[in-house]
Amino acid sequence: MDSNKQYHNLGDKPTRLGFGQGLKEAGQRNPRVVALGADITGSVNVNLFKEEFPGRFFSLGIAEQNAAAVCAGMALSGLIPVFTTYAAFSVMRTADQMRVSICYNNVHTIIGGAHAGISVGPDGATHQALEDIAVTRSLPNMTVLSPCDANQTHQAVIAAIEKINGPVYIRFGREAAPNFTPENTPLVPGKGQCLKEGEDITIIATGHMVWHALQAAYTLEKDNINARVINIHTIKPIDKEIIIRAARETKKIVTAEEHQVTGGLGAAVTEVSAQNYPVPVKITGMPDCFGESGEPKELMNKYGLSSQNLEKQCRIMMEQTP
Amino acid sequence: MSVRDLEKQSMRIREWVLRSIAEAGSGHTGGSLGLADVFAVLYFQILRHRPEDPSWAHRDRLVLSIGHVAPVLYASLALSGYFPEEELLTLRKLGSRLQGHPGRDHGLPGVELSAGSLGQGLSVSVGMALSAKHLNTDWRGYSIHGDGELQEGAIWEAAMSAAHHKLDNLVAIVDRNHVQIDGYTKEVMEIEPLEDKFRAFGWEVLHCDGHDHAHIRSTLQNAPITPGVPTVVIAKTNMGKGVPHIENDYRWHGKPLPKKELESFINALYHG
Ligand SMILES: [Mg+2]
Repeated sequence: MDSNKQYHNLGDKPTRLGFGQGLKEAGQRNPRVVALGADITGSVNVNLFKEEFPGRFFSLGIAEQNAAAVCAGMALSGLIPVFTTYAAFSVMRTADQMRVSICYNNVHTIIGGAHAGISVGPDGATHQALEDIAVTRSLPNMTVLSPCDANQTHQAVIAAIEKINGPVYIRFGREAAPNFTPENTPLVPGKGQCLKEGEDITIIATGHMVWHALQAAYTLEKDNINARVINIHTIKPIDKEIIIRAARETKKIVTAEEHQVTGGLGAAVTEVSAQNYPVPVKITGMPDCFGESGEPKELMNKYGLSSQNLEKQCRIMMEQTP
Repeated sequence: MSVRDLEKQSMRIREWVLRSIAEAGSGHTGGSLGLADVFAVLYFQILRHRPEDPSWAHRDRLVLSIGHVAPVLYASLALSGYFPEEELLTLRKLGSRLQGHPGRDHGLPGVELSAGSLGQGLSVSVGMALSAKHLNTDWRGYSIHGDGELQEGAIWEAAMSAAHHKLDNLVAIVDRNHVQIDGYTKEVMEIEPLEDKFRAFGWEVLHCDGHDHAHIRSTLQNAPITPGVPTVVIAKTNMGKGVPHIENDYRWHGKPLPKKELESFINALYHG
């Protein structure tokens, strides 16, 4: 990814649509790819795969625990199962099945977590998954992907199927959001992306927050604050090298995620920094509370998941840590 | 194999269950002994498998959903020739391939699934049987369950899905010994009427005496009864079968036997 160019919104597009399109493309390339559904197939855009390959789609009903362990049986039998539903259910309801049947057996299975984050909006707290990174990140053998826009989510599915040979969790959202990374740019698992150079401070973000991080950095630049922006699309295994370099070179880090401040990207970044090159880290995210109903933008602003808040947090850190 | 030979295999399985658990100093004695006859019939008669080629693509898949009775699985695998019998004495020890609950990551040949958290194995078997149908292969899925395990809700999600997807290549076997760790199943959480439950979920239900080799064999050979319908075999067993001190005493569910009593227990096993 180019760190010298300015990124522009190519047009709002939901990451779930990128997921559906990527899954269909991966399915065209490999007949062993099969999809499992838990009733909300259209909502998570797996209908694109289902319509193209009706014989390779298996309906399991509203029974996520079963579906997750069925995936393990399929993977042990030579198929590559992709099970997708809202992250609130595909992760939180199936945690034990993911831990034992999928991760302990270390099978190549893709769990899709749609409608992650508070930008789910009006559905409210029950459907806003804000703990899924913490859970999946703690499971041995698991790879955790959290792509930043629709184009990257498309590539994340393909990478999960073609470049990884173990359990993968892919987190994505519901709302149309800025689509700004170039199309057809393969995702390299485990490699962070520097989207903007800067030497004063680093914003490390994941998912929808990457766009907001870029906007904050572009605004700060007008005041001669050069913020580096790093996109972490692979939360596990995390790119230690890019984080350590940012800590060493910019001495200050602000993290941004649509997730609880405990156990997510901020925690992962802090673990790397604290043990290798300790610097102050400000973690922005949901402050250990449940979400609520509201329009996505209203909620993002209320909980500080905005470019304005990131900009503010950077300024505060610049003052506190010269 | 003759019934007499199957009975002999059961005795050898039981002896190794006792020896391995005594050596380990912990393990689930009662359930492992109770399933010895079912396992002898499965491994020496029913399963299509090649112990010398554990990953043979056309093998039947046996999933042990109740990972805590791993000793009966390990003894059956060793006696079938998957690995040397002496290795059974490494059960539960550091660095052993014989984990307390089966773990594929430790590389023991013949272990199809790492399992131990109850209620997941039927779903995994559904995934395997569904794959066999999808890939047009004719191997079968077998899964072994405890009666207490059927209290897990996920079992019934799996049961519903097996009937929905018409998995007549799937046979679930329930070890119906009426006991679990806290006591009698009917007191901990009643699971009856079990046959009605499975029938209501779209399954064919067969019964057998889990200690009558000819009966176990004929019952398993009868499945599937109806095309497109999964089969559950409810095998009536006695926990601790074969060792008079232990038989039907639920306190032996998870208790190892004292090493100093091992030889007298084995003697009782062969001579009553
Ligand atoms: Mg029992």
